[in-house]
Amino acid sequence: MNLKQNYFELFNLPVSSQVDQDDLSGRYRELQYTVHPDRFAAGTDHEQRLSLQYTTLINEAYDVLGSDLKRCIYLLELKGVEISDTEKSAVEPAFLMQQIELREALDDVSQAQNPLEELENMRNQVNSILFTLMADFTALLADESASSLKPATTVVYKMQYMTKLINEIDVQEEELLDY
Amino acid sequence: MALLQITEPGQAMDPHLRKKSVGIDLGTTNSSVATVIGIMTDTIADASDRHLMPSVVQYLPDDQIRVGHSALENAVDDPLNTIVSVKRLMGRGLEDVRRIGDHLPYEFVQGKSGMPLIRTRVGDKNPVEVSAEILKALVARAEEHQAGALDGVVITVPAYFDDAQRQATKDAAQLAGVHVLRLLSEPTAAAVAYGLDSGAEGNLAIFDLGGGTFDISILRLTKGVFEVLATGGDSALGGDDFDHEIAEWLIQQSNSCGKLSQNQIRGLLMTSRQLKEQLTEHDSVDVVLDIDPLKWQGVLTRDQFHTLIDPLLEKTVRACRRSLRDAGLSGEDIDTVVMVGGSTRVPRVREKVADFFKQEPLIEIDPDRVVAIGAAIQANVLVGNKADDEMLLLDVLPLSLGIETMGGLVEKIIHRNSPIPIAKAQEFTTFKDGQTAMLIHVLQGERELVSDCRSLARFELRGIPSKVAGAAHIRVTFQVDADGLLSVTALETGSGVATTVEVKPSYGLEEHEIIAMIKESFDRATDDKEIRALNEARVDASRMLDAIVSAMAKNADELLNDREIAELNSGVERLKEISAGSDTRIIVKETELLGKLSETFAGRRMDISIKNALAGQQIDALEQGID
Repeated sequence: MNLKQNYFELFNLPVSSQVDQDDLSGRYRELQYTVHPDRFAAGTDHEQRLSLQYTTLINEAYDVLGSDLKRCIYLLELKGVEISDTEKSAVEPAFLMQQIELREALDDVSQAQNPLEELENMRNQVNSILFTLMADFTALLADESASSLKPATTVVYKMQYMTKLINEIDVQEEELLDY
Repeated sequence: MALLQITEPGQAMDPHLRKKSVGIDLGTTNSSVATVIGIMTDTIADASDRHLMPSVVQYLPDDQIRVGHSALENAVDDPLNTIVSVKRLMGRGLEDVRRIGDHLPYEFVQGKSGMPLIRTRVGDKNPVEVSAEILKALVARAEEHQAGALDGVVITVPAYFDDAQRQATKDAAQLAGVHVLRLLSEPTAAAVAYGLDSGAEGNLAIFDLGGGTFDISILRLTKGVFEVLATGGDSALGGDDFDHEIAEWLIQQSNSCGKLSQNQIRGLLMTSRQLKEQLTEHDSVDVVLDIDPLKWQGVLTRDQFHTLIDPLLEKTVRACRRSLRDAGLSGEDIDTVVMVGGSTRVPRVREKVADFFKQEPLIEIDPDRVVAIGAAIQANVLVGNKADDEMLLLDVLPLSLGIETMGGLVEKIIHRNSPIPIAKAQEFTTFKDGQTAMLIHVLQGERELVSDCRSLARFELRGIPSKVAGAAHIRVTFQVDADGLLSVTALETGSGVATTVEVKPSYGLEEHEIIAMIKESFDRATDDKEIRALNEARVDASRMLDAIVSAMAKNADELLNDREIAELNSGVERLKEISAGSDTRIIVKETELLGKLSETFAGRRMDISIKNALAGQQIDALEQGID
C-alpha cells in the first residue's frame, strides 16, 4: 500500500489550492466504493485491515482537500513549511486591529436590534475576507519561488484567524436559535 | 396469495452456494429478523405468524429461559425475573440506570466492570447476557427458516449509540455466537429499505422513534451510495417515555400517594401503553384504573395526551433542526422524509414531523419492520451474495471523541459527524523522569467538561522506554472502524517501540470477561465444545478460501506471476484438503498460513482498484467543463 502518496495524488487531482467540491465528492464516492470495509466484509483479515487503513486515509484526505484552510496548510506542508500556533507575529498590526474590531462587534451582537441579521452580515464580511485571502494564497503559490513561501504562510495565519471567527459566529447563532 | 419467486438476472445462484445472512433489528421493545430471498426481503415470522418478537427475557427457576411473547406474558406476574427494555441498559453505568431507573422494576447490583447487574432468581445477569438471549432466539428462528447455520448477520443500533453501547451490542453478539458482518445504524438501514425501493436520489431525512431511542439522520443518496451527512438524537428517549407520562398523569388523577409494588408499576405501565395505542384510533378513551391503591375512573383525551407528550416531541424537533444544520442543509433541501419505529404510529408524532419538514413523511413500509429489512439487504451484500452491487453505505461518528486534559476539560480528537472509518493521532510526552506508563481517559460527547461527557474507557499505556521527563514522545492513534468502534494504539516515536495498551471500559466488559462468559455458557451447554471449535475453524477456512478463489478469478492473471499463482493455488488446495479433516489446530494454522501467503496479492488488488476507480475521472471532469 502506498501511504506515501499525497492526498492530491490519491484523488488523482492536480496539486492546487483550488478544488471543485462537487468533483471532489464524486471522486470520494468512487474511491470509497472501491476500498470501503463493506467491500471486504467477506474478505480475509489482511484485506479488511488494508481496507480500514485505506478508507481512513481517504476520509482524512477528503476532509483536508474539502476545507480551504486545511488544504492550504497541507499545501505548505508539502513544501516543507510547518504551521505552528506560536509564530503568528508576521501578521501585520492592521489585520490584527480589524480582527479585534470584528470580535468586539461579535460580542455586542446579542444586544443588536436584529442579532440574526447582524450575524449574517458579519458572516458575509468574514467570508469575503477569506475569499480574498484564498486568492492571495493561490497567487503566491503559483509563483514557485521560495521567497513566496513566507508571505503565503502569513496568509494562512490570517485564514486561521478568520476561520476561527466563522466558527464563533456559528456558535453565537446556535445560541440565538436555541439549537 | 402465493407469491412467485423470480430470481434477479445474474442472481441465479445455486442455493447451496448462496451464503445465508440476516439483518437483525435489536429493538428496545420489539426485535425482528429479516432475510433476502430471491428479490424479496422480509422479516421472518414465528410459527404463529408473528413477525415481531418482544425484547423480553424471563429467567425460570429450573435454569430455563423464555424469550419473546411467552416471556412478555409473565412480565407483570414475575417482574424481577422478566427483563424488558434491556437495550436501555446497554453500555450504561449503575448511576445512569438509577437516573432512568425509577421506572425499571428490577433489583440492581453493582458489577465488577461498572455495568449494572440485574438480580434474578438464577443469579446476577448483565445486560449483555440478556441481549445475547434475544439474539440467540432470533438466530434460531432464522436458522430454522433457512434450514442451516448463518454465515453472517448485520445488527442494527441507534445512530446515536455511543461507543460503549455499540461495544456492548457487539459483545452480546459474540456471546450469542453470531458472526457480525457490520453494526449498522437503524436510520441508515431504513434508508436502504426505502432508497432501493424507489431508486430515489437526493437528500433524505430519517426520523426514527422507537421504544427507547430516538434518531434523526440526514443522508445524501447518489447512485447507490448512501452518505450520512449528519446524525443526532437521544439514546434515552422513546415511546416508553410516552407511557411513563401517561402513568404519572394517572397517578396524579387518582390522588394516591401510596407506594406501588414492582408488579403494580409494571401493570400501570402496561395499561398506559394500551391507552396510548388506543388513542391512535380514537379521540378519547375511557379509563378504569383499579390497581390498589390506585383507583380512578375517567377519560383520557387525545388533547390531554398531546399536552403530556409535546415537551418530548419538542426535543425531537430540536434534534432535527440541529442535524439539518450540521448537514449544511435547510428544510427545503430535504426531498424525502421517512418514518421509522413503532412510536411513529402516534398521529401527533407524524403531525409534528410533517410540520417541521413541511411535507408528508413516508410510512409505506411497516415502521416496525423497515429497519430489519434494510439490514437484511445490507447483510446479503456484505456476506458476498451480491459482489457487484452498486450499494454502499457511508456512515459517520455520532458523537465527538475526546480525551481528558488538565483541569477536568475535554479536548476533542475526532469531531461528531466525521465519516468513519477515521483515525487521528496525538503526541504525548512523559511528565516525570523514568516514567514508563501513562493513562489516557477517553470520553464521548459535545460538552467541554469531563463530568458532562460519557466516559468510555481508560487506556493504560505500558512499556514506554525510560527517559528523562519530556524526552519520550508517544504517538497515540485513535482509530474508529466502520462499526463506529474505537481502538487505541501507541508508539514511542523515538525508539519505534510499540507500547501495550490495556483498555479499562468504563461501562463495559473487558475482553477476558467475555471469554469467561462464553466458556461458562459452553460448559453449561450440552453440545460439545470441540465440535463447535472445529465448526468455527471450518467456517473461517471456507471464508478464507472463498475470498481468495474469487479474487484470483478476477485478477490473478493481471497481478500475479506464474510462480505466485502456482503457490496460491497449491495453498488453496492444501487448505481445502485439510479443512475436510477434523484436526482443529491444523485447520486454524493452515488458514493463517494461506492468509499470509495472500497478503501481497491483496495489497496489489487494493492498489489497482484505487487506480482504476479514478482512471476515467479526469476525462469526465473535462467533459462536464465543456457542457
